[in-house]
Amino acid sequence: MANEVVDHGRRRFLTATTAVVGGIGIVSAAVPFIKSWEPSARAKAAGAPVTQSLAKIEAGQMLTVSWRSLPVFVLNRTPAQLATLPMVDSRLVDPKSNGASSDQQPKYAQNEGRSIKPEWLVIVGICTHLGCVPDFVPEIKPEPFDPNWKGGFYCPCHKSRYDLAGRVFSGVPAPKNLQVPPYHFIDDSTIQIGVDPKEAG
Amino acid sequence: MANVFTSIGDWVNERAPNMMPAYRKHMTEYYAPKNFNLWYYFGSLALLVLVNQIVTGIFLTMNFNPSAAGAFNSVEYIMRDVEWGWLIRYMHSTGASLFFVVVFLHMFRGIMYGSYKKPRELVWLLGMLIFLALMAEAFMGYVLPWGNMSFWGAKVIISLFGTIPYIGGTLVEWIMGDFLPADATLNRFFALHVIALPIVLLLLVVLHIAALHEVGSNNPDGVEIKKGPKGNRWDASKPADGIPFHPYYTVKDLVGVGFFLLIAAFIIFFAPTFGGWFLEHDNFIPANNLATPSHIKPVWYFTPFYAIVRMIPSFLGSAVWGVIAMFGSIGVLFAMPWLDRGKVKSIRYRGTGFKVALGLFVLSFFMLGAVGAGITAEVMPVWFGDIDVTFWENLFGRVMTAVYFGFFAFLWAYTYFGWEKTKPVPERVTTHD
Repeated sequence: MANEVVDHGRRRFLTATTAVVGGIGIVSAAVPFIKSWEPSARAKAAGAPVTQSLAKIEAGQMLTVSWRSLPVFVLNRTPAQLATLPMVDSRLVDPKSNGASSDQQPKYAQNEGRSIKPEWLVIVGICTHLGCVPDFVPEIKPEPFDPNWKGGFYCPCHKSRYDLAGRVFSGVPAPKNLQVPPYHFIDDSTIQIGVDPKEAG
Repeated sequence: MANVFTSIGDWVNERAPNMMPAYRKHMTEYYAPKNFNLWYYFGSLALLVLVNQIVTGIFLTMNFNPSAAGAFNSVEYIMRDVEWGWLIRYMHSTGASLFFVVVFLHMFRGIMYGSYKKPRELVWLLGMLIFLALMAEAFMGYVLPWGNMSFWGAKVIISLFGTIPYIGGTLVEWIMGDFLPADATLNRFFALHVIALPIVLLLLVVLHIAALHEVGSNNPDGVEIKKGPKGNRWDASKPADGIPFHPYYTVKDLVGVGFFLLIAAFIIFFAPTFGGWFLEHDNFIPANNLATPSHIKPVWYFTPFYAIVRMIPSFLGSAVWGVIAMFGSIGVLFAMPWLDRGKVKSIRYRGTGFKVALGLFVLSFFMLGAVGAGITAEVMPVWFGDIDVTFWENLFGRVMTAVYFGFFAFLWAYTYFGWEKTKPVPERVTTHD
C-alpha cells in the first residue's frame, strides 16, 4: 500500500484547501455568536415615542423625560436666558450647528436656539463625550469651572460645558453639541418625542 | 504508612513518568538567583490574590443574581443575610484593589531591574497581556453590583468605543446589547467576568511562568546567573549563584504572604471601603440611568489612565484622541523591551538619567491618578484660593501626561544615541557566598 513517491504538491494543496474551508466554517460559525450581542427584539421594541405635557413647566424650569431610557431635557427658557445665547457664540465650537454638529439636530431645529419654538429646548441629556448626564446649571453667575458662566449644562464626568441651547464650549473634551431628538408639538402645550413634525402630518 | 505512599507514587510514576520531572523542573530544580529582595514578593503575592479572587468569586456567584432588577439587592442580601457573606464579598472587593497594588509593584520591579530585556521579552509581553485581561476583568466586576457608579462607569468606558469614527455608535450598541447599559449588558459582563476572562487569565499566568522558567529569573543586579560560574551545592552543572525555588523561595514567599495577609485582613475588617477608594460611596446607591453621580470617577487603579482621556481635548470634531492616548499609555508599555536599547539591566548600574526619568515617571503616574480621582480639583481652590480650576487642572494634567509619555521617548533617545553613562556590571550577583 505504501506510496513510494510522496506528491508534496498534492499534499500542500490538500492542507491548504482543508485549512481554508475549515477557516471559512469557523468564521461562519462565529457570526451567530457575534450577532447575539446586538440589541434584542425586546430592547428595540422598547424605543416607542413619548408624549409630554408642558403645561406645568414654568419659565426657567427643566423637566427630564425618559425616552428610549435616555434622559431628554425639556427646558422652558426665559427671555433673559435666550438673550445669553448670542453672548457666548465666540466661545463655542459650532455656534450655528452647521459644522461638526450638523448631524446633532433635525433640520427644523438647526437654528440659534436649536428648537422649534424659541423658548422650548428639547435635547437628549447625554454628553457627546462619553455619555454622562450633564448637570443643569442655569444661574448666570461665576462658577468654579467658568468665571464667565452664562448658564447652561456642565458634565460632572469630564467637565464638558454647554450653553442653554446645548451648544458645546471650545476647549472641553466633548466634540459636538448635545443632540436634539426628533419631536413635534401636538398642540401648544404638548410635545411628542421620537416623531418628526413631518411624520406627524 | 510510608509504604502506602511509596507504592501510590510508584503506581502514578509508571503511568505518568513525566510528572515528577515536571515538578522538579519548576520547583526543586528551578534555580533562581540567590539575591532576590523585597521587590520579588509581588509575583507570588499576585498568584495568591488570583486564588483568593477565584475562590471568593465562586462563593459569591452562589448568591448573586445577574439581572438589572436583582443584582443590587442580591449584593445587599449577601452583605446582610448570607452567613459570612460580608466577609466573602469584602475579601473579593479588597482583593481586587490589592491585586492592582501588587501588580503595579511587580511591573515597577520589572522596569527598575530591566526584567523586560533580552532574553525575557516574551515574559514581559505575556505579563502585559495579563495586565490587560486583569483590567477588563476588574472593570466588568465593578459593573456587576449595579450601583450607580457601576452603571455610569460602564456607560463611560463603553462609550470610549463610540469615539471610533463611523463604526463607533454601532459598536457601542453591540457591546451593550441595548441603547444604554441594561439587563443584556449586565448578563454578558457576568458571563465574561466569571467564565471567559478567568480562563484567559489562568492560561496567561501559566504561560507567563512557563516562559519565565525557560529563560530563568532576573535579579536586582541584572546579571545572568546562567552565564556565571557553574556548580552549586545541589548540582555541579547548574549556576553557582542559583538556589532551588523550593524550599528556599517558597519559604521566603511565605513570609511575604504573612505580612500581606496581615495588611489585607486589617483592610477587610476595619476599612473595607478604604474611605471610598476600594468601594466608592456612590455605588451604595442603585443604578439610575437618569442621574449621573455628581463626582464620577473610576476606582483608583484606573484613575491615571482615566486622567489621560480627560486631559486630551477633542480635535477635528472627534473625541477619539483622548481614547487613543489612553490605550497608547498602556500600549507603550508593551514596547518597553524595544524602546530601551540599553544593555545594562539593573537600575544599580544604569546612568543617572534613567534614575531621574524613572522617578519622574512614577511621579507622573501618581499625579495623573490624583487628577483622575478629582483630588487636584479639590485641593487647588484650597491651596491657591480663587483661581480658574479647570484651566490649572488641565495644565497640570497635560504636563503630567507629557511626562508619562516623555519617559518612554527619553528612554529610547537616551539609550539609542548612547547618552547613558553606565557603571560596570559585576560578573556575579553581589551577595554570593
